[in-house]
Amino acid sequence: MTESLEGTPIFDGETSRRGFRMNKLFMSLRTEANRERFLADEAAYCREFGLTDEQQRAVLERDWQAMIDLGGSIFYVYKLAMMDGRSMQYLGGVFTGMGEADFLAAMRAGGRRDDRGQ
Amino acid sequence: MAEVIWGLATSHVPSIGAAMDRGKTDDPNWKALFDGYAPARAWLAEHTPDVAIVVYNDHANGIDLDFVPTFGLGTAERYEVADEGFGRRPVPDVIGHPELSLHLVKELIDEGFDLTVFQELDVDHGFTVPLSVWTPDPGDAWPCPVIPLLVNVIQYPQPTAARCYALGQALGRAIRSFPGDLTVGVLGTGGMSHQLAGARAGFINPDFDHMWMDAIENDPAKLAALSREELIRQAGSEGIELIMWLIMRGAMNEQIRKVHSDYFVPASNTAAGIALFDNRVSQPA
Repeated sequence: MTESLEGTPIFDGETSRRGFRMNKLFMSLRTEANRERFLADEAAYCREFGLTDEQQRAVLERDWQAMIDLGGSIFYVYKLAMMDGRSMQYLGGVFTGMGEADFLAAMRAGGRRDDRGQ
Repeated sequence: MAEVIWGLATSHVPSIGAAMDRGKTDDPNWKALFDGYAPARAWLAEHTPDVAIVVYNDHANGIDLDFVPTFGLGTAERYEVADEGFGRRPVPDVIGHPELSLHLVKELIDEGFDLTVFQELDVDHGFTVPLSVWTPDPGDAWPCPVIPLLVNVIQYPQPTAARCYALGQALGRAIRSFPGDLTVGVLGTGGMSHQLAGARAGFINPDFDHMWMDAIENDPAKLAALSREELIRQAGSEGIELIMWLIMRGAMNEQIRKVHSDYFVPASNTAAGIALFDNRVSQPA
C-alpha cells in the first residue's frame, strides 16, 4: 500500500506471505476434529503448521494484536476467536484498548469516528 | 434475451443471518434493521426472477489464501452452504444455473475479464446472508437458481472500483446476449463503512455511506473514480467491499428507480445498508 493510514492494518501481499502458515492453521479450525487436535496440544499443532516462534507465542497467548501484526487476516484470526467463544466486539475492544463493553457501547451509539477519515 | 429486472444492494454481516437463524429479529438491538428490510422483501416477493446473480466475497470458508482470484464465477449445478466452523446455517443449498454461467464466462472473457471458473464452491455468509435478506423464509429452496460471482476484497490489492463498475457493465451486456428468455436479479453485497482490526476498529462513516447510497443510484461513475486508498480511508479497511455494489450497478440501466433503501448502525461492527432498484423504467432517448 503506497499510503499507510494510522490504526488501519492493510492485509497486502507481503503481509499475506508473512502470515500464510498461521492463516492456514486458522482455516483448519473450521472442523471439529481439527479443533480437538489443536486443543489437545496447541504448541504441537502450531509446529505442524510451521508457524514461526513469534506466531506460535501469539497464538498460544491469544495475543490478538500480535497475530494481526505477524500476518494474520482478521477473517482467519476470527476462526480462533470463535473457537474461544470470543466475538468481533471482543476483538474490537482488544484492538482499540477500550475493552469489549465500551467498544460495544460505542458501536450501539453509532460507531466510532475518525476525524482524519472524514 | 435475458433481462436484469432488479438490483439489490445489501450488507452481508454474519450476525444478520445469526439473528434470523436464532429468532432474534424482534430483539431491540435488531428490530429496526429487520423492519427496514420489510418493504424491500415485500416488493421482491412479487418480482421473483428466473435466475439471480450474487456478487460477493468469501471469508475463509469456500476458498483460502492458496488461491486469491480477483474475480471468479461459479458454473456448478449446486453450491453447498459452507460450515464456517460451528455447523452450517439452517438454510437450503443453492441451485445453480450452469447454462447461464457458461454463457457469462465466455462473454466476459471475450470482453477481457479473465475470470476464474469455479466448478465446485461452498458458499458462506457473504452469499447466504444476502439471500436471507431477500427471502427470510425460503423453506426447502431459494426462490430461484443463483449464480455466485466472487470478488477478492480481502487481500490488497483488491480490484479497483472502476474495474468493478466496468465488469458490471460487461455483465449486463452478457446477460442481455443470452439466447434464452430469462429474468435476472443481481445482488451486490457487502459494506457499508466498517473496519474490524487496528486502533481504528469500529470506524463508521455515515456521511460517506449516505453519499454512497445516493450516488450508487444517480452517479455511479463518481464512485467508480474512488481509489482503493480513498475507499479504505473513508469506508474503513473492510468497507472497501462496497466496490461489489458497483458490479451490480454496472449491470443495470443508466436510469433506475429506487424501490426502497434503509441504513442501520450497528450490525455487529458494521453500518448495514440495503438498497433495492427496479431496472424496468423508461430510459432517456
